[in-house]
Amino acid sequence: MVANRLRRRLPEGEWTITVVDQDPEHHYQPGYLLIPFGVYDPSMVVKPKRKFLPKGVNTILQEIDLVEPEMNRVRMADGTTLDYDELVIATGVSPRPDQTPGMVGSEWRNTVFDFYTKEGATALADKLRTWDGGRLVVHISEMPIKCPVAPLEFAFLADSFFEERGMRDRVEMTYVTPLEGAFTKPVASKRLGAMLDERKIKLESDFYIESIDNEKKALVSFDEREIQFDLLVTVPVNTGADFIGRSGLGNELNCVPVDNGTFQSTSWDNIFALGDAADIPTSKAGSVAHFAIELFTENFIQHINGDEMTHNFDGHANCFVESGEGKAMLIDFNYDTQPLPGKYPVPGLGPLSLMKETRLNHHGKLMFRWVYWNALLPGRRLPVPALMSMAGKEVVEE
Amino acid sequence: MSLATIADQEVHVDDEGFLTEYDEWNEELARQLAANIGIDLEGRHMEAIRFLREDFKSEGETATLRRVTTLSGIPTKELFQLFPKKPAKKMAYIAGLPKPTGCV
Repeated sequence: MVANRLRRRLPEGEWTITVVDQDPEHHYQPGYLLIPFGVYDPSMVVKPKRKFLPKGVNTILQEIDLVEPEMNRVRMADGTTLDYDELVIATGVSPRPDQTPGMVGSEWRNTVFDFYTKEGATALADKLRTWDGGRLVVHISEMPIKCPVAPLEFAFLADSFFEERGMRDRVEMTYVTPLEGAFTKPVASKRLGAMLDERKIKLESDFYIESIDNEKKALVSFDEREIQFDLLVTVPVNTGADFIGRSGLGNELNCVPVDNGTFQSTSWDNIFALGDAADIPTSKAGSVAHFAIELFTENFIQHINGDEMTHNFDGHANCFVESGEGKAMLIDFNYDTQPLPGKYPVPGLGPLSLMKETRLNHHGKLMFRWVYWNALLPGRRLPVPALMSMAGKEVVEE
Repeated sequence: MSLATIADQEVHVDDEGFLTEYDEWNEELARQLAANIGIDLEGRHMEAIRFLREDFKSEGETATLRRVTTLSGIPTKELFQLFPKKPAKKMAYIAGLPKPTGCV
């Protein structure tokens, strides 16, 4: 998205743009959620990246060893180097099952699964096809994770999936989270907590995992609680790319500390971090990256012209929450305003409803895959504002 | 936000009782805040609390558990023994800092 937008704005004679990437494929990550239930086939979430890069952009298919900010240089895994005037880091975060003792043990992809990778989601689809019930535990290891609503969606969709197969009464579901409630922000947490209740999904909160006991098939917390499972669907710890840590650019999770409004590194004026790779206090979600990049483009032009950056990001996030039975809910929030009920994007009219489960929201979510490939990645403007608006929202008591 | 009297000192607190002014905090206050939630503040507790205070000064936000463990060297397991059940929230409360926002 950055390359597409900046190539249009920066004259080719003055600026060369180089994209360094270790993976030739782009994955539509929101689609992972629907693979385990057989709604999406794994082939539906993958396309080659070259299709989405504009002319006039160089690409290097290489792993990055490290960034040497004092030299304005990137060092590749094969030892070659690349000098830069300005560096944009957009390497995201990845699930790291190796960070929790016992997670990648004898039960890994046998009764312990993740769904935040294509391989994990596909293996889980195979498992669910023949699973005949028992204790299903849906688990978040540690916050922050990308798409923080996805584990809840997984639980809702699983409830619906077992219901359809006539086996819901043979499945005991527990939702285990390090948070105090179902979600992070009070009004949404209450609503989503009630949705777990309605579906008879037990909530185990404040659970901070220490290890997985493969013999007992149990999650063990630091305060010595144990939760046994027959099938565990876990979200491993998410961390930024290792090269960020090696380069001394990251925090304790290898995310890059940046200014919340401009994404400029707090240590280096010519380094920016966008999307999940940054440590900004909002959801790690595609919508955030999309809204952020609109403002970033304007800021970046000001920055290279030596002007002050004036387009401050507000942390705007907008997420569909699949709730099962062909319905979904929509939430819209930012750094300061938590998700509230109302209509979106047109105040009073919608057509989408905030914080309410509707069929139209579900269709909105399915349609989004098309929007993603055809408008978002090529860097086209969507007809929704980048900054959050209070118009159309109702203020409610917590 | 409202005023509360803790350990004979008048301080600003939010509706959950967390101090809202960084500079109104002192160790005597911390002892009383800890007592409010059933914790008898000792040396190892204070190590964690002092780390949180210092870290907030430079970072402008309350450290997450992982950050405390990584940078102060106090193992997560021990934090759960020192501040049972909800260490991140309890440490922030005693240190006079906002609840950690690391979770969004």
